[in-house]
Amino acid sequence: MFRGHSRQGDGSGGGLERATGSSPGVEATVQLGDVRETQRDEFGMWRDRARFELSGPTFAGEEVYATCIDTRSATPRLFTGSSSNHWGPVLRRSDDLGVTWTEDEQAALRFPDGADASLARIWQLAPGPNDEPDVMYAGVEPAALFRSDDGGRSFSLVSGLWDHPHRTQWQPGGGGLCLHTVLVHPQESDRLLIAISAAGVYRSDDAGSSWRASNHGIVVGFVPDGEVLEFGQCVHKVARDAADPERLYLQHHGGIYRSDDGGEAWTAITGIAGMDFGFPVVAHPSQPSTAYLLPLESDEYRCTPDGQCIVWRTTDAGETWEPLTTGLPQRDAHLTVLRDGFTTDGQDPAGLYFGTRTGEVYASTDDGDSWRLLAEHLPPVMSLRAAPIAV
Amino acid sequence: MNVRVCVPTQLRDLIAGASVVEVSVGGASDRVTTVATVLDALAARHPALERRIREEQGQTRPHVNVFVGSDNVRDRDGPATPVYASEELSIVPAVSGG
Repeated sequence: MFRGHSRQGDGSGGGLERATGSSPGVEATVQLGDVRETQRDEFGMWRDRARFELSGPTFAGEEVYATCIDTRSATPRLFTGSSSNHWGPVLRRSDDLGVTWTEDEQAALRFPDGADASLARIWQLAPGPNDEPDVMYAGVEPAALFRSDDGGRSFSLVSGLWDHPHRTQWQPGGGGLCLHTVLVHPQESDRLLIAISAAGVYRSDDAGSSWRASNHGIVVGFVPDGEVLEFGQCVHKVARDAADPERLYLQHHGGIYRSDDGGEAWTAITGIAGMDFGFPVVAHPSQPSTAYLLPLESDEYRCTPDGQCIVWRTTDAGETWEPLTTGLPQRDAHLTVLRDGFTTDGQDPAGLYFGTRTGEVYASTDDGDSWRLLAEHLPPVMSLRAAPIAV
Repeated sequence: MNVRVCVPTQLRDLIAGASVVEVSVGGASDRVTTVATVLDALAARHPALERRIREEQGQTRPHVNVFVGSDNVRDRDGPATPVYASEELSIVPAVSGG
């Protein structure tokens, strides 16, 4: 975890400022793999997000594939889904911004008796609808969706997806058979979209009771007849447009796609010449038609191309893309950013943060125009989340 | 009968720092039980500890070894391995590395 602060108004820029007064301030938390970053300033100047302080490691030795900052209630809640090579996966939550963590005595997240499956890894922890703060979703490996109705204290398997007739035919991607993306429609909370590697996108319009594959238009290059496959796509990540909830951006194993009808059909975006492989896709939190990608060279060489770390931004829903390089290493930078290693803090201008498998964390607080290195020499960053928090 | 279960350092936070936890299985006069029965009793008393040892389906996690005395139960009868009243169970992480 990181803890960080805004620059005070005296222009000195020196030192880290601690919020010590009694008036409410704002804290931005950046939570990642084994560490978390927070930013605080009670003087209304937090938007510059100038300084960060690293703390941790927390859960040393565990892989943290899923982190979540839930700000829907008065008390912000952090979640982590981690796993130990020896001791298996653990879901933890914290109500004090990571000072202490709770693991439920009876595992909050586990397959029920009769499911004939054991939890291998927690890949995604996602808040539910804004007006239902006790609803949480968890995506796990083997691919399954869980729902909580008590703020993450306990989860139930979403049987409508688990019982889907396709499930026995799903094949794992390189990271395992994982459900890694959960998107709740912001206006119609019964509409859910999930993505599984390598099964593709599935959607439900009835809060998870029934599901259908929704991959029309996504071409699978790694099997015969890949242009007409109902499911089996290796979807790496999906993000929803800030202004149009029916518009989605999708990074596939080979190809970048957009949907303008809530995921019913997908259209290839070819604006970044020769770059179709990568893991994350992030939508700007408030600007319409604006999204970010961090492509890698290829399936065979999963590093930033030509030793140059470039974030690509579109402001026209993928018709054109602009390379963002200011502050990012442009030589000898063979970096890998995984599907949940790139995030936004939801602010405007957007804070954007990405972490690498080689332990660097970069941040932008101006919509991606410029970047700076927040940390390096960390363990591999698997998951990164950021949010403003009132304190 | 009571069986002592030796817990490795990494898991002792789950039992308030203790290195050994004693579980009661069967009747007081019983002289033998099984590894599975001991772990079931552990699950009832210390579920967070037990799930570090076994997955939901009951299999011992692949990188965890359970010993009865000096015998790895994988080399004996697995969960059906008998545990006599005088014996201890030990939970040992496999090396599983370079």
